[in-house]
Amino acid sequence: MTAALSLQDVSCTFVSRDDRSQRYTAVSNVTLDVAPGEFVSVVGPTGCGKSTLLNVAAGLLEPSSGAVRVFGEPLVGINRRAGYMFQTEALMPWRSARDNVLAGLQFRGLAEKDAAALADDWLKRVGLTGFGDRYPHQLSGGMRKRTSLAQTLVLDPDIILMDEPFSALDIQTRQLMENEVLELWAAKRKAVLFITHDLDEAIAMSDRVVVLSAGPASHPIGEFVIDLARPRDVAEVRVTPRFIDLHKAIWNVLREEVLKGYAQQKQAA
Amino acid sequence: MWNAIRPTTRNLRIWQVGVLVILFLLWHVLTKPGLIPPLFFDSDNDAKFFFGEPVKILLRIWDWFIVDRDIYQHLWVTLLETVLAFAIGTVSGLIMGMWLALSPLAAAILDPYIKAMNSMPRVILAPIFAVWFGLGIASKVALGFTLVFFIVFFNVYQGVKEVSPTVLANARMLGASRRQLLRHVYLPSATSWVFSSLHTSVGLAFVGAVVGEYLGSSRGVGYLILQAEGTFDINTVMAGILVLTAFALVLDGIVGRVERHLMKWQPRAGETEKL
Repeated sequence: MTAALSLQDVSCTFVSRDDRSQRYTAVSNVTLDVAPGEFVSVVGPTGCGKSTLLNVAAGLLEPSSGAVRVFGEPLVGINRRAGYMFQTEALMPWRSARDNVLAGLQFRGLAEKDAAALADDWLKRVGLTGFGDRYPHQLSGGMRKRTSLAQTLVLDPDIILMDEPFSALDIQTRQLMENEVLELWAAKRKAVLFITHDLDEAIAMSDRVVVLSAGPASHPIGEFVIDLARPRDVAEVRVTPRFIDLHKAIWNVLREEVLKGYAQQKQAA
Repeated sequence: MWNAIRPTTRNLRIWQVGVLVILFLLWHVLTKPGLIPPLFFDSDNDAKFFFGEPVKILLRIWDWFIVDRDIYQHLWVTLLETVLAFAIGTVSGLIMGMWLALSPLAAAILDPYIKAMNSMPRVILAPIFAVWFGLGIASKVALGFTLVFFIVFFNVYQGVKEVSPTVLANARMLGASRRQLLRHVYLPSATSWVFSSLHTSVGLAFVGAVVGEYLGSSRGVGYLILQAEGTFDINTVMAGILVLTAFALVLDGIVGRVERHLMKWQPRAGETEKL
């Protein structure tokens, strides 16, 4: 079966704008496949180039070397089959929640009436009925994230890219959102590439967890299949013995990298 | 007694008007010949000569608007010049700002010229514009334009440069074409910067119109002031200044209204309507 998303030997080297000799290799030789319908998480210490990888998959960033394939086709420019949920605020502040959700449909030239109906439907699905007319600054952080989620999913992308989407939320809201995402994902079964630094979150949600080494030049150093039964409740699954075993196994690999990354950051500071 | 009239948010307007009344009273007392002995000048009539008399100034304005009704044509000309300079300057500043912000190469080439033109004292162009465009309204619009254009231009340039990269990337991922990015991301993002500049630029459009009239014209409030100055009629000069100030305030108020309408998505300080 062709992978929905396939990174082959991807390396990204950034060159400083002021000084051409200053280079920083964020990721090197990353090979990663996501099958259609598969939920894959990438975990790694802070600053290890997880977001870089996602930007490459989205087509926002061209890799220095290596290839990206989307359903077998080489990726040129923006990845049209992917939806991207950003870590930071990405909603257009001058648009109401509804107008934000229908933005993608509008860009695609869908008739206004159909777009509005779809947007309202998705606002309902993420529990924001009645909040469509509010501007982002009038919504709470969790509501903004749900708007972002609706904005991404309303386009029905075949691949969903998520960059620590819930890292800014408090723990309760976060677990609610995680369950909501799992539910929406279970209904549609899209390929998901999920970036997080939270191992619990990664295990609770995914089919597979990939561990990245500390930067620079980070690369996958471990891969774990998460064989927990679905549907899962992210809060309940955390206390099952299998979850704890998996957590221990992955943390063994991750711990050293986290320490390495921390030491490097301390040195740089 | 004091508690009843103490300034609060409710009687703010009354206090504002009160300050104005006190200023006028003070002005009146200090300039009315014979009312108090001269404090600074040698003669009783000097204060009046230099600073005018508020009663006569208000009468002058009354004559202009109610009795003779001869100010309207002048006011109309000045306002027309202001609005034209403001509109043309804003629109071209917006277009140029967007264009240069989005094409770094053009911006790099034109950079020294834009800086030079901005730092040039542009009021000095007024006589040249009078030669080029004649003594009609065109030369005043041109002067106002040069004042307005750069303010709006720099603000738009800055606004487009400071579009949140995440919002931009998000719009691209949602499938926005280059033109859609311009219309749905760059333009709305730049407008918030434009509006902060519009209050300044509407005032400058007014300055352009009046200074242009002052330097050579046959109509307009600036022309009236110039005529009055020629005959040392300080009361009429002051009356002209008061009328101009009032209309500048009105224009600024209109800009503020439009801003509040278009910028309702922006959080305002103190707004706690969150759910």
